[in-house]
Amino acid sequence: MSKLLENGTAALKSVRTGDTIMVGGFGLIGAPLTLIDALTEKDVKDLTIISNNLGEKGKGLGILLGQKKIKKGIGSYFTSNRDVGDAYRRGEIKLELLPQGTLSESIRAGGAGIGGYYTKTGVGTELAKNKEEREINGELYIFEPAIRANVALIRAWKADTLGNLVYYKTARNFNPVMATAADVVIAEVDKIVEPGELSPEEIVTPHLFVDGILLATKILTNEGVVTHG
Amino acid sequence: MANEIQESIASRAAKELNGPCVVNLGIGIPTLVAKYIDDQQVYFHTENGLLGVTDVDEEHQDPNLVNAGKLPVGETLGASFFNSAESFGMIRGGHVDVAILGVLQMDQTGKIANWAVPGKNIMGVGGAMDLLVGAKKVIITTTHTAKDGSSKLLKECTFPITSTRIVDMIITELAVFEVKEKQLELVELMPGATLDEVREKTEAVFSVSLKQDHLEEGI
Repeated sequence: MSKLLENGTAALKSVRTGDTIMVGGFGLIGAPLTLIDALTEKDVKDLTIISNNLGEKGKGLGILLGQKKIKKGIGSYFTSNRDVGDAYRRGEIKLELLPQGTLSESIRAGGAGIGGYYTKTGVGTELAKNKEEREINGELYIFEPAIRANVALIRAWKADTLGNLVYYKTARNFNPVMATAADVVIAEVDKIVEPGELSPEEIVTPHLFVDGILLATKILTNEGVVTHG
Repeated sequence: MANEIQESIASRAAKELNGPCVVNLGIGIPTLVAKYIDDQQVYFHTENGLLGVTDVDEEHQDPNLVNAGKLPVGETLGASFFNSAESFGMIRGGHVDVAILGVLQMDQTGKIANWAVPGKNIMGVGGAMDLLVGAKKVIITTTHTAKDGSSKLLKECTFPITSTRIVDMIITELAVFEVKEKQLELVELMPGATLDEVREKTEAVFSVSLKQDHLEEGI
């Protein structure tokens, strides 16, 4: 069975108003720009977006923010888009800030069937407020619940038609963990090959995690985001 | 562009890195440290998923190969890529030997504040809290004073702290401090700096224990 999707509209068929959506990427690097573009075209709102950043000003998830489709953002570094602070001050969005290691580990836990975990990160800081504290082997930890989403939109380099994924350099970042932690996982990729063309040794995300693959048409280049095809 | 003060702090910090070791560099002055290292066994880690960071010239820049400051970088021979959860597992799990970080403020016990300013909305924390709890050694590189001239080395931080973890060393354009039993100890004056100037620009209480070669320079 091929998981190949025809276009962005088909890829986002399962996305509904009020959904929680994970979006891969570290800023625009490794962000699924084609799928984000499709999301800006789709008539949905009140989305909770889990992503390290909410894009950059007017780019990536920044466009979705401008459309007021985001109800809440969960991430570690909203500073990269000044529009996020402005929207927050106007009361248009809620934000939940997590240390980057906690964000990524909570997603990993969510994908691995773990309800939550204790971490040292954040102990004694403002981000530990109202979090359960526990001493383990003489050191203080705080409890962090796992995170899951309805849909994960991710970016990889190559896929085979089964949905096995290979990533490219630092565009990998949050994508492999998000691939494990949502009910529906859609990956956009630069290249789609037949099963057998990827070495089993190089596959980072095995196909069981992936529901659909889409050929990317929005590509990050040294000159910015360009549209192909 | 980096100025002379930033470069002098970075070059001094570089002397603290002796391979083999794995080092994570924060944004700002810490990023400058790498260019003063020619030890092939100092391996740079960046939390967005690369062990083996190196410089890249303009014509070889790849938009998908960046450091945590989203600046273009290169990869060394023997470099590896990994996902964010694994990267922070390396950090929290104590597999990174040294983190070099900037600060907004630090207190006289060695706690730092480098992620939020009171009265402004808290918008970003990134990997700062993880690096502080996980790195085996934390070196702070910072200008001695803030832009308004006030000391960054305070009795108590007025900004929210990043961690309860005590850092190991502080390097400014005026002085090098070590933190011993939650107390600052001035161990070195930077070229051109005097003890009087350090005292004048430091609110935090510190002891002085200059190494012999600095005493001989007649400060």
